[in-house]
Amino acid sequence: MTDRFNLYKYAAPATFYPLAGKLIPWFAAASVIFGLAGLYLGMLVAPTDFQQGEGYRIIFIHVPASWMSMFIYLVMAFWAAIGLAFNTRLSGMMAQALAPTGALMAFLSLWTGALWGKPMWGAWWVWDARLTSELILLFLYIGYMALTAAIDDPRRADKAGGLLLLVGVVNVPIIYFSVKWWNTLHQGSTVNLTKSSMATTMLYGMLLMALCFWMYSIAVAFMRVRTIMLERERHTDWVKAELEGDAR
Amino acid sequence: MIYWNSFADFIHMGGYGLYVWGSFGVNVLIMAIEPIVVTRNQKATKARLKRQIRAESRSTE
Repeated sequence: MTDRFNLYKYAAPATFYPLAGKLIPWFAAASVIFGLAGLYLGMLVAPTDFQQGEGYRIIFIHVPASWMSMFIYLVMAFWAAIGLAFNTRLSGMMAQALAPTGALMAFLSLWTGALWGKPMWGAWWVWDARLTSELILLFLYIGYMALTAAIDDPRRADKAGGLLLLVGVVNVPIIYFSVKWWNTLHQGSTVNLTKSSMATTMLYGMLLMALCFWMYSIAVAFMRVRTIMLERERHTDWVKAELEGDAR
Repeated sequence: MIYWNSFADFIHMGGYGLYVWGSFGVNVLIMAIEPIVVTRNQKATKARLKRQIRAESRSTE
């Protein structure tokens, strides 16, 4: 027997299902630990912002939620491309499992942005390039979910949804660079690889929160993908064995 | 270490309390509810699939 690491083996739902099940508690625990550390730094230790007062603390969730909303979409588009190119079973399930979490992240980004915008700009919403493209991202998520839910055959749903994801991916760089390309009301990026315009505690607090959101998204997506796997592979022996082994 | 002088200061958030806690509150709510909904869906799916498998095995016997 060869003990070589085989990627195809882990891409098979029968092996990925138990693996994801084992990993979920670890990602959930990591999310809680990063979240508590991030909240401690961001909410309790970090000093105030000289321009925005305490209202700036909203960015500790606004920025991670916005990053995740874009990143999850890119991951979904990646899975869509793999699925369309190689016709793999797992890719469509992954994209579907990520979509609701991505949509919630986009919603959170807009919600926290509105609650920041009201005291800072005097408006809950403006039709600024950054805000509008983020709203389009939310609609792309909702459109993807509606489209895949409307098609009964999961393989066809994956193909149609995948196409939508790939067309919509053009929106992500638009969101990201909107603050450079247009004269937006939304401020430019605060975190930069070379230099950052934030105090160290603020920066670490935000990065910890980003890790928290990242781990959370993985945990929830794994939970959801397991349900999708059972549903789609219900006629296979491994699902039958899995359900019978489940005594409760 | 801790920036705040009192708990009341912390809640007040320098006058931005409503906006800050409105943001964090909704965030926490979503991150608490989403896993619950996903877990419930999984339980319901498992129960339904088990019923289906049982019904199928009965019909083939």
